[in-house]
Amino acid sequence: MDTVEAVVTQIQGLSGGSGDVSLLHSLLKQADDLLHTESTRLAPFLDQLDPSIHSLGYLYLLEACTSTPILKEQANQLVVSIASFINNCAAEQIRLAPDKFVLLCKRLRDQVILLEAPMRGVAPMLTAVRKLQSSSELLTALHPEFLLLCLLAKCYKTGLRILEDDIFEVDQPRDFFLYCYYGGMICIGQKRFRKALELLHNVVTAPMSTVNAIAVEAYKKYVLVSLIHNGQFSATFPKYTSSVAQRNLKNFSQSYLDLANSYSSGKISEVEKSIQTNREKFEAGAYLKLVFLDKNLGLVKQVVSSMYKRNIQRLTQTYLTLSLQDIASTVQLNGPKEAEMHVLQMIQDGEIFATINQKDGMVSFQEDPEQYKTCEMIEHVDSSIQRIMALSKKVTAMDELLSYDPLYLAKAGRERQRFDFDDYDTVPQKFNI
Amino acid sequence: MEGEEETSAGAMIDEIYSNGGDAKRNRPIISGEALDIEAYASLYSGRTKITRLLFIADRCENRQMQMEAYRMAYDEIKKGENTQLYREVVQKIDGRLGPQYGLDVPWTEAVDRRAEQRKEKLENELNAYRTNLIKESIRMGYNDFGDFYYAHGLLADAFKNYVRTRDYCTTSKHIIHMCLNAILVSIEMGQFTHVTSYVSKAEQTPEAVDPVTVAKLRCAAGLAHLEAKKYKLAARKFLETGAELGNNYTEVIAPQDVATYGGLCALASFDRAELKNKVIDNLNFRNFLELVPEVRELIHDFYSSHYASCLDYLGNLKANLLLDIHLHDHVETLYDQIRHKALIQYTHPFVSVDLRMMANAFKTSVAGLEKELEALITDNQIQARIDSHNKILYARHADQRNATFQRVLQTGNEFDRDVRAMLLRANLLKHEYNHKASRKL
Repeated sequence: MDTVEAVVTQIQGLSGGSGDVSLLHSLLKQADDLLHTESTRLAPFLDQLDPSIHSLGYLYLLEACTSTPILKEQANQLVVSIASFINNCAAEQIRLAPDKFVLLCKRLRDQVILLEAPMRGVAPMLTAVRKLQSSSELLTALHPEFLLLCLLAKCYKTGLRILEDDIFEVDQPRDFFLYCYYGGMICIGQKRFRKALELLHNVVTAPMSTVNAIAVEAYKKYVLVSLIHNGQFSATFPKYTSSVAQRNLKNFSQSYLDLANSYSSGKISEVEKSIQTNREKFEAGAYLKLVFLDKNLGLVKQVVSSMYKRNIQRLTQTYLTLSLQDIASTVQLNGPKEAEMHVLQMIQDGEIFATINQKDGMVSFQEDPEQYKTCEMIEHVDSSIQRIMALSKKVTAMDELLSYDPLYLAKAGRERQRFDFDDYDTVPQKFNI
Repeated sequence: MEGEEETSAGAMIDEIYSNGGDAKRNRPIISGEALDIEAYASLYSGRTKITRLLFIADRCENRQMQMEAYRMAYDEIKKGENTQLYREVVQKIDGRLGPQYGLDVPWTEAVDRRAEQRKEKLENELNAYRTNLIKESIRMGYNDFGDFYYAHGLLADAFKNYVRTRDYCTTSKHIIHMCLNAILVSIEMGQFTHVTSYVSKAEQTPEAVDPVTVAKLRCAAGLAHLEAKKYKLAARKFLETGAELGNNYTEVIAPQDVATYGGLCALASFDRAELKNKVIDNLNFRNFLELVPEVRELIHDFYSSHYASCLDYLGNLKANLLLDIHLHDHVETLYDQIRHKALIQYTHPFVSVDLRMMANAFKTSVAGLEKELEALITDNQIQARIDSHNKILYARHADQRNATFQRVLQTGNEFDRDVRAMLLRANLLKHEYNHKASRKL
């Protein structure tokens, strides 16, 4: 086909059944260069097509159309058109050309950031992610883009919804790293430290052949979040961490490790000292992606306040009642008023169970009233059991799948020990390489 | 009958509150006397006497005691042949004891000359024996060399020579002799790992060993464990030492020391049952304890919960124990452990304890006591909580059911998280491997 009009007619004709669509797909691939050369002329043709029926064709045209540099005045229009396309397109069709779709969405993200209105991109990107995923367990290249927009727009709750899905399959490791890193940051923003720790842990321990900047930054945040959530940080890596990470990650985050050491001493003064000496390092952060400047100082301040909390929690283990003055002196606060504020905050957050008697200036600590006898608790336990059973089935399935994967067998066949001739050989002969 | 019960109950309550600290008791608490250096030194012989005297002189602050110790050390050294040590002592005395305690140069020269001659003679003899290949003579030769070096203070060489006799030992007696010598030198050198290995070597000999040697070996093993801060093992070894030890091992340890070390280590590390079994009911050890009545008293006081008097005895003994060459750097730790055990034992039988009364019993302030208890509770050695307002300690028993639920839920969460992470990693590895494989192809 040599003209754009012909392409458009083809699109309109062949967007019916799935056989037609695959034919259309191959035709479009051949016509791609043509479309790119004619990109300036394509805008009116878009109106002839319906995004919900002719999604694939529309995608190709739109992508070619936006491949030229965009002027600032056109940006707004562009955002609108891409957003409406995403909302209306048919998921099965665009899954045939995922790269193009991803490219298009990335352009959307660029424009939205240029317009300094990242909020406008959040909803369309969410729809895009859902449409591109063939299952909720698959990580697409759009996940990190979406999370980035959420971060810039500060709408963390939307980001959280995506993070609730468990990911089991990853295409590109780089997407995975960015996804976990941004996801960790969103969870920190929402104070969901357990999930943040999980995500950051995955980045730090992921298999990698060379150290990348994302892992380094993730490690720094990992140290801080570990201090906030667990009250301690263990500098030894688990066995499954890649050797590259084990050797190199600590070199870049010495100031953070110093902070962890001073935290373990249990004294506020030491932690403050450590922060003062390393202040610039904490503020510098990293310059990752576009205009996003990543500062850790806020997180460091949270580390300090978590230390007070932990010290007060330790007091609940040894005392039944304690005066506010004693709390203030043990935890190194400035006075009973400040101690009262801290304790009040912790009671409201549900971190300790206590009552404050203002007449005497006494706090009495109580046990956790949770008796584990309610219906909700039984439901919770039951659903956890179901969940774990499903997980176990998944692991078994994966194991089975792997045991007849030819690549794995080839490698295993080469490396297994050769026993006696009569021994039962678990790997068939043909894999004896 | 009821009247009797009441009075006996009243007496029992008084007994609990008294802590054995008031005038009703007729045993006066002996105040810690300054160490009688002569009596102390007479318990030992040989090189250890000198080292102990010098140690006391270095650590002690009382000028008179210090000079006394130096004087006795000087006299003792002059009886031997160790000129190096002699010179050191003279330097330390620094002329403060008068002219007859200055550097006797002719004596040192005479001793050195004699030493040279003896050394040559020994060497010639040894060479002769070696050419003749008579095992027994070679062994004696090396032994003599070892003795010679030991007398002259060259401990490392002495040790080497003693060890060399091993190849020429033919009977178990020889082996035991060698082991005892090696142990002696190692203790003097402060290398207690050797002590342990030679003790086990000696104990492994096939023939039966006479009881005195057995006792000696147990003492040596106990000392090694003490140095290694393994107080429980040390206590066990000292407690197993037979009374046959008597005064046969004065070149290393006196029976008073066995009692003191054994008693203190046992008190710091044994639980109540073991303490009763192995110390209080131990007839054999009783012979040793008779030599140090203060230690005996303090153990009995601890067992019968008279903590105030027990801690008093400990306080009084402390000054003298700090002058002991083997025990001095363990005194603080042992005392802390004993005090903690006393605190824990005090609170163990009660549901609630008035901190004021407890502070009285332990002769500290309530605030100080609170701090100590807080440390013990945080360490999980006492299961209790403090009511700081009313100053009462309440025992607290963990709710097993709730704890179990909590643990279960937590384990479930961890499993969930770890398995998901594992599946992810496996997936990443698979992709990486496929990527590499496809590149290769």
